[in-house]
Amino acid sequence: MKKRIIAVLMTVAMTASLVACGSVAKEAAPAAEAATEEAAPAEEAAPAEEAAPAAASNVKMGFIFLHDENSTYDLNFINGAKEACEAAGVEYVLKTNIPEGQECYDAACELADAGCNIVFADSFGHEDYMIEAAKEFPEVQFCHATGTKAHTEGLSNFHNAFASIYEGRYLAGVVAGMKLNEMIDKGDITADQAKIGYVGAFTYAEVISGYSSFFLGARSICPSATMEVTFTGSWYDETAEKEGANKLIEDGCVLISQHADSMGAPTACETAGVPDVSYNGSTASACPNTFLVSSRINWAPYFSHIIDCVSNGQAIETDYTGTIATGSVELTDLGTAVAEGTQEALDKAKAGIEDGSIKVFDTKTFTVEGAELTTYMADVDTDPEYAGDHEAIVDGAFNESGEGFRSAPYFNVSIDGITLLDQAY
Amino acid sequence: MNFHISKRADVKWQVSWGVRAAAIVIALLICAVMTTIITGDNPIEVYKAMIVGAFGSARKSWVTLQNVAVLLLISLALTPAFKMKFWNIGGEGQVLIGGLAAAACMITLEGKLPSAAIMILMVITSVAAGAFWGFVPAICKAKWNTNETLSTLMMNYIATQLVAYYVVVWEVPKGSGKIGIINQNSHAGWLPELFGSKYILSILIAVIATVAMYIYLKSSKQGYEISVVGESENTAKYVGIKVPKVIVRTMLISGAICGLAGLLLVGSINHTITTTISNGQGFTAVMVSWLAKFNPITMVFTSLLIVFMNRGASEISTAFGLNQSFADIMTGIILFFIIGCEFFINYKVTVAKKNKVKEEA
Repeated sequence: MKKRIIAVLMTVAMTASLVACGSVAKEAAPAAEAATEEAAPAEEAAPAEEAAPAAASNVKMGFIFLHDENSTYDLNFINGAKEACEAAGVEYVLKTNIPEGQECYDAACELADAGCNIVFADSFGHEDYMIEAAKEFPEVQFCHATGTKAHTEGLSNFHNAFASIYEGRYLAGVVAGMKLNEMIDKGDITADQAKIGYVGAFTYAEVISGYSSFFLGARSICPSATMEVTFTGSWYDETAEKEGANKLIEDGCVLISQHADSMGAPTACETAGVPDVSYNGSTASACPNTFLVSSRINWAPYFSHIIDCVSNGQAIETDYTGTIATGSVELTDLGTAVAEGTQEALDKAKAGIEDGSIKVFDTKTFTVEGAELTTYMADVDTDPEYAGDHEAIVDGAFNESGEGFRSAPYFNVSIDGITLLDQAY
Repeated sequence: MNFHISKRADVKWQVSWGVRAAAIVIALLICAVMTTIITGDNPIEVYKAMIVGAFGSARKSWVTLQNVAVLLLISLALTPAFKMKFWNIGGEGQVLIGGLAAAACMITLEGKLPSAAIMILMVITSVAAGAFWGFVPAICKAKWNTNETLSTLMMNYIATQLVAYYVVVWEVPKGSGKIGIINQNSHAGWLPELFGSKYILSILIAVIATVAMYIYLKSSKQGYEISVVGESENTAKYVGIKVPKVIVRTMLISGAICGLAGLLLVGSINHTITTTISNGQGFTAVMVSWLAKFNPITMVFTSLLIVFMNRGASEISTAFGLNQSFADIMTGIILFFIIGCEFFINYKVTVAKKNKVKEEA
């Protein structure tokens, strides 16, 4: 009997340990996670040695990913990495499932030991460990997506990168605005019922910047639009995202968008028949009746850029912000559910952003507590008190991811027209 | 044909180790076949990659040894409790709460006290926190005979949620849900690097703990009391051992060593605190301790085995572009055989003809 108890206990303990091993660290920094439809987990790359063009043959890139290709967030980076490295013909090594701890430092150092002259990490929580590795290997370039510290760290070989995804969100908002107008014109809803629902992850600047730009894009087309935002407290929680979307729909939201990584919100919309603007790439195949459009960051241009920099002996920018022009900010093809004339409105807005006539955070287009925002000290240099340190209103617009500031978003203003629910997740 | 299972009376060590070696060989063969069938890769190359992953460079070897040290320390912590048949599966929580105490000292006292004073406080608070986390289930067991399997497990959840709460309190930057490296520039409260290497401190502590635990269990009076309570509580009562006292004392030790492991994880290795910082090692340690039959010296090898396979597995996924899940399958097969072979060491299987059995009956 005693033996049996022991056996049972051991089984329990082992199962528990397996479960514990399987549970993964919370995914940091969402950035644009994209699972483009055609991006079926392509053949996992073994260190690839292609016929290398002479220019880049002295470059070897090492990549550190939080998860593997099963995560849409990491898949987006993995696809970009393969695309850029294979195009440039450089050797590369992919390290997947690296947690946001000392393992990241160890992995970065191992890549440097193995002769990589560029090491890239994709998750927000990797940053501090990349900095530690950068201090130890001054001759190796360490690049980190979504991070905030490069401009204050003073290390010549540590770099941050992000993209002006708020511009992509704004354009996705234009598509949403067109859909709202169509619903109003058809008489499905009245103008003041044009309420958008948004499922966010955390009350973090990157999320705030995302939903605010989306909202402003929608309101540029549909002036009566309002928005409600709910937070899940996780970058990936399918159930919470689905419940969040359902709650917003019950609350009277007629269109849904999201900044969280799962298919929870899009599937809830498809079930309820509510139009949806997704993130993480197109969800058209799973949600053919409700999918409108999706924005994402394409990382391949950045990877190509840093490979070029290193092979030509140029310095990599401390903060790199990819834009629509660099091909870093992308919209997917429009879904079949979009309103008529959407493509034209989208082209117009895109041209406006590219020639500078449209500024996403133009202070004339929004108010804060009823007044125009004329001055705002943004917390660009992260400090414990989150005190503002840079005047962010430049030439009548909030200077998001601005030149000389940092690439990661810092727009955390609560603008009028957006109601926040469930901030205490 | 009929299988007859009988308990082996006395197993020679040559036999038992022979069975174990055979189990590992069979496991490796099955893994090799699986590898070839599923991926088409050469299994020999895959095994080579595992070795490279664990010991391929000086840095890799150090990291492997450091990981062994942490796992070993947690396993050592659980061992006296298990030997007493007190099922402490709360190692995870005891490690976490120890780590949380260390992190609290580092974050709240930076700049207010000299680094050395912070370190002393870190050691005291994290060991005390771990011990307290062991004490609560122990006193409940000793006083009211509550089920320690449940209570230690529950304490894990409390520790995890406390850490989750404080991560939000201390998060940098605001709203991001992570703390990052604590005192990255001032290094306040960072435990010292011995002999110029950041890896040696944990290894040294694990070595000392291993020897100390071996002596404690084998040669001390308290160690003997633990064995007696584990064998039979009634015997222990009969010979005058105060069972509740032994339970509480042993769990204080168990929790304290887990707290020490938490201290190392936060103060010396990661310099941050997250809910997943112990990464399930509080549970893995149960297996390490059992596989070693509660012998601290053997535990060095069992923890090395687990860490080796873990590190080797992630190297496979990098070098061959295989998914981590494949490496986990291989680890699972190997562990299955190693654990399963204990059955054949303890029991003898003989094949008896059915009719013969009938005749005997």
